[in-house]
Amino acid sequence: MSEQLEPLNNKEISVNDVPFTQMETGESVGLLGHLKGFWIPFSKMFKKTLTVEYPEVKAPTQERFHGRHQLNRHPDGLEKCIGCELCAWACPADAIYVEGANNTQDNQMSPGERYGKVYQINYLRCVFCGLCIEACPTRALTMTNEYELADDSRAKLIFEKEDLLAPLRQGMLMPPHPMYPGMNDTNYYKGDVQQSHPSQDVK
Amino acid sequence: MTTAELIGADSGGIIAIKALIVFIVCVLLTLMSVWGERRIVGRMQERPGPNRVGPFGLIQALADGVKLALKEDLIPAAADKIIFVIAPIISATTCFMSFAVIPITGKVSLFGHTTAMQLTDLPVGVLYVLAIASVGVYGIVLAGWSSGSTYPLLGGLRSSAQVISYEVAMGLSLVAVFIYAGSMSTSDIVAAQSTWWYGVVLFPSFAIYAISMVGETNRAPFDLAEAEGELVGGFHTEYSSLKFALFFLAEYVNIIAVSALATTLFLGGYHALPGLGFTENWLGGWFTAIWFFSKVLVFFFVFVWLRGTLPRLRYDQFMQFGWKILIPVSILWILVVATLRTLSLQGAPRVYVVGFASIVVLLVMAVNLGFDNAKKKKLDSLEVEVSAPSFAVPTIPMNVSTINVSQAGKGGDHV
Repeated sequence: MSEQLEPLNNKEISVNDVPFTQMETGESVGLLGHLKGFWIPFSKMFKKTLTVEYPEVKAPTQERFHGRHQLNRHPDGLEKCIGCELCAWACPADAIYVEGANNTQDNQMSPGERYGKVYQINYLRCVFCGLCIEACPTRALTMTNEYELADDSRAKLIFEKEDLLAPLRQGMLMPPHPMYPGMNDTNYYKGDVQQSHPSQDVK
Repeated sequence: MTTAELIGADSGGIIAIKALIVFIVCVLLTLMSVWGERRIVGRMQERPGPNRVGPFGLIQALADGVKLALKEDLIPAAADKIIFVIAPIISATTCFMSFAVIPITGKVSLFGHTTAMQLTDLPVGVLYVLAIASVGVYGIVLAGWSSGSTYPLLGGLRSSAQVISYEVAMGLSLVAVFIYAGSMSTSDIVAAQSTWWYGVVLFPSFAIYAISMVGETNRAPFDLAEAEGELVGGFHTEYSSLKFALFFLAEYVNIIAVSALATTLFLGGYHALPGLGFTENWLGGWFTAIWFFSKVLVFFFVFVWLRGTLPRLRYDQFMQFGWKILIPVSILWILVVATLRTLSLQGAPRVYVVGFASIVVLLVMAVNLGFDNAKKKKLDSLEVEVSAPSFAVPTIPMNVSTINVSQAGKGGDHV
């Protein structure tokens, strides 16, 4: 059994303290009401404007704003992306294209077997829903707060892997390089690798 | 020496210079008022308005003008080409013409000549302004008709109906001024207001004029002819480039013109505020122009304020307001004013005048009371219908656990 939806008495409904019945019948708000209507825009003239002077002043976004994507790295510089394509499968707008490849002895881009060889996000299609990020098993893909994503050609808005990769931080080495000695991909995943090891610097 | 005699003594050169000054003032005022309107409406909506071109965005209107001039000038294939080109010209020229009879200053000296800053002084100056305003409507009507397109046609039709309706009320509201001033010449009317402004003495006339001048200039809340939301711009939908700029210019010059006429007829024209009469001699009399323009700008601010406050009227409400309220009220008011004026001119004792006035006031109050009662009765009968709706009204979401679509007695629950 379910509750029957009771028709509400119109007298019970009100918007901004004006009863619905009054709105229906167009009952006058009185001279004072009309004057108030004129007073509001007049008084607004002396209030601070809400406008953000955008190009000059860039207001910070909300902390978890969905902006441009970023492909993160492990603390030793290896890429987190394993080329699994889950992000591409999750994408409702079909904006992501991934091609994985095998890591080899001489070309170790990420810990483990596979890495993302080609990684493209088409920002003409992306709707910034964040499903790709939820899908990513290694937290390789996250979103930044960067929102200035306008450009003058379609080609420029297809971001390649180089455009998306996070910059190298302190203690990181530019891949390809071998994994941290004595660590496997599970250690990497668990966060056991804190920085690069001198033996990884093969250049 | 009256103003008419002063102006009559002008040489051709002085007249040319004055014409130029009037034209330049109009164009400058237009540019500034476009900027001012956008700034004021912006502030009313808690945003800054145009502030990027020049200091405080001051030359935004000029930049817009240049932009318009550089745009492609399209004439639709279905348009009546000659009329299509003439229409904006009619609009723009007529609105400038009405400024010819507006007295901007009192007695001043211009290049050594003693004159008044008024291009010409006709014995029927105000009628001339009304006539010019009516000719200006042709610009709008022809623009709508010659575009060869539906929306402009609708806009033009609305506009003609609107301006004609409100011109009646406007003309009637001026009659009381003519009766009191005993003249139709703008300079005489201003001179007659040296003690009391007609805006105070003839307040109902002033109110009617103020309302109908908004209708006359197609401005919010009476901007049915343009109605961006309904008619995609109305009569000027098909216009672009400089022709559109002419319409734009005409609209703003028109606002300034009707405001100037209102100032002249009701707010004492170039006279100073009461008690500040000594300022009228400052700068060799030119200070009166400052009084004149500050009054005009007050009117302009009210125009902007109305636009920032009121939603657009529905067409039938608008027509009803014009024909069923403004015009009858003006006619009655003229009757009262004419009677009072005749009584006092023919030297009737003061008791009669006061008695007549109080009878009128009592009558108005009685009629008003009658209207109120009728309205209340109507509302009471409505209330019964409204309080028992035949349809289900959504409840507040928090109170609803399940929504049962099927009605009781229609075959039980399906949920």
